[in-house]
Amino acid sequence: MSTTTTAQKGTAIPQAAGSRSGRYYQRFDRIERGMHALLMVTFIGCALTGLPLLLADEKWSAALVRLFGGFEGAGLIHRICAAVMIVVFVAHVVRVFARAIRRNNLMGILWGPHSMVPQPQDIVDMYRHVKWFLSAGPRPQFDRWTYWEKFDYWAVFWGMFIIGGSGLLLWFPEFFAIFLPGWAFNIATLVHGEEALLAVGFIFTIHFFNGHLRPEKFPMDKVIFTGRIPEHELKDERPVEYARLASAGQLAARETSPPSPGAVAFGTYVGGAAVIAGIVTIVLIFYSFM
Amino acid sequence: MRLTIAAGFSVIALLFSSVAFPQGGAAKDAGGPNDACLMCHSDPAAKGATGKSIGLDAKKFAASVHGEMQLPCAACHADVSADKIPHEKVKPVDCSGCHEKPAKEYAGTVHGKARAHGNNVAASCASCHGTHDILRSKDPASRTNHLNLEATCGSCHGNDQLVKEANLPGGNVQAKYHDSIHGRDLRDAKKGMQLAVPECTDCHGAHSILPKSDEKSRTSRARIPDTCGACHQQVKSRFEKSEHGKLRQDNNLASPGCTDCHSAHGIQKHDQPNWQLEVIGTCGNCHSDYIKSFRDTFHGQVTSLGYANVATCDACHGAHQVLPAANPASKVSKENRLETCQTCHPKANENFASFDPHANRHDKARSPLLYYVGLFMDLLLLGVFAFFGLHTILWAYRSARVVLERRKGGTGGHDSEEKR
Repeated sequence: MSTTTTAQKGTAIPQAAGSRSGRYYQRFDRIERGMHALLMVTFIGCALTGLPLLLADEKWSAALVRLFGGFEGAGLIHRICAAVMIVVFVAHVVRVFARAIRRNNLMGILWGPHSMVPQPQDIVDMYRHVKWFLSAGPRPQFDRWTYWEKFDYWAVFWGMFIIGGSGLLLWFPEFFAIFLPGWAFNIATLVHGEEALLAVGFIFTIHFFNGHLRPEKFPMDKVIFTGRIPEHELKDERPVEYARLASAGQLAARETSPPSPGAVAFGTYVGGAAVIAGIVTIVLIFYSFM
Repeated sequence: MRLTIAAGFSVIALLFSSVAFPQGGAAKDAGGPNDACLMCHSDPAAKGATGKSIGLDAKKFAASVHGEMQLPCAACHADVSADKIPHEKVKPVDCSGCHEKPAKEYAGTVHGKARAHGNNVAASCASCHGTHDILRSKDPASRTNHLNLEATCGSCHGNDQLVKEANLPGGNVQAKYHDSIHGRDLRDAKKGMQLAVPECTDCHGAHSILPKSDEKSRTSRARIPDTCGACHQQVKSRFEKSEHGKLRQDNNLASPGCTDCHSAHGIQKHDQPNWQLEVIGTCGNCHSDYIKSFRDTFHGQVTSLGYANVATCDACHGAHQVLPAANPASKVSKENRLETCQTCHPKANENFASFDPHANRHDKARSPLLYYVGLFMDLLLLGVFAFFGLHTILWAYRSARVVLERRKGGTGGHDSEEKR
């Protein structure tokens, strides 16, 4: 069953020196990848146009805003990105429910290996993972979604409500003032900025590390751009999922073609640019707080 | 060598002037009282034995106010005698012989006092009025004509080198004035527009210039509103009714006067973005807490970035008629607040106007809800970053070791991975 894969080296994920069966399994479908790409672009757009306002005293803030054509231009980009992000978010939620209803498995949203909802196993995994960090135990065996991936996911959910909600208040204050008191806008201003710092700080350091920059993945895990995970990575990093798929005879159904060169290039260049933009942003934020 | 050349020139000059003289000169035609002196002194290029210029423009003198009066040279140069040539060392001219009152006033000014203390850079009579070419101030060509004073005072107060060497107060104030609204109006007035434009002496006086630290000075803190109010009467009356004006009436001179916000020489129109942004800092000199809380709002952030097309202090509080919120006449009083917001936000309602533009997240008494929400957000940030920061550091360390070990395992990277 193993075919030698030298022919596909050019398209294979290059980093982890692993066995090269050449088989790939689908991890993210086209729409999920598209949504991640849109979130990525709009998130960075919001960050670059919003942070200068939060850190308005900094010279780099004024320079960045000038780059966007003044604060009106930056504000316009900020609102366009925000609107796209909200649409992506709503589309995702609708899709999750639509899929569950189609499969007649609403409980699957809340429970089971495909659910993003934290399970008791996640607590166990986290505990074991930390033990492994300290060389006090073996590396835990992860399933389709790890606990840190779930945290990332819910952080976006929480952020969407907090930043999105407060952002809408600040975008349409005259409308919201019809039924909200004035102090709601004071809270919205504070929360929008603080939560933005949390989101930007988290995505551009911890998410980047977890997803891309840690030594096993460095410099980038392109699975979110190609949608395809190499067999050896699936076996190694998500053995529980691999075993479950194998025992249920679903592996063949999940197998897919190697990543297209276009998707790899997108991951390398656009994803790489996003990581660099994020790191530069973090450096600027740190510089401002020093 | 140089001396010989200089001496040679002097002789030539003397010869030249005596030759040139009979050919003309208004003074001569008039058969004036100064013909004898002008025999030597009428050539502007004439030099004395020491090489010092001794020439004057006879025509200019004839056209001057003193020339018109046919004053003899000796009226000013009383110590000079034609009997002895070259003359003995000539004493400086003392104008006070005729101009007793202005000379006495001058002695009490910054310039007069500095001169008396041996400062020979400070302006004397001649510095402003000239010497042999003095014209009446009404004359458009006069140094002391209203439209020319900027240049006259500016010959010292606009001379960067002199300003630096003599440490003149305020720096190059001519440059500031030149670009100010008054300076621009002055240029329009020079072009013939009918404008009442203040120049230097309107604020500082002419023979009564005193340092602003002197209470009697027109530019002292106490008197500035009167000085500016001489032209800006309506503004002055509004200002006097404001909180700042009232404080001044109670002799609290820490309260701002005109120049604190508008500056003295570089006054800009109030709609200039740069000035609008600067004035925020000016208000902040005293109201620092309010500037901090203003900076936490959208208005404050945008102005910080250098854009003035959002509300700054005066947009809500007014400029000259600033009153405390408790005063019903105030723009930010309960009664007027909504209308004030509506000048920019026409659809604003009562709720909108109850937004606190100076809420302080650290002030539990003023903004309790904001305080606790802020505290929650701080703890959330701290918690997330502390937990995941540590998580990341430990993970990075462990992963790095795994990767290093795998590399150390030699070329058989595949095998060591299988073992893992």
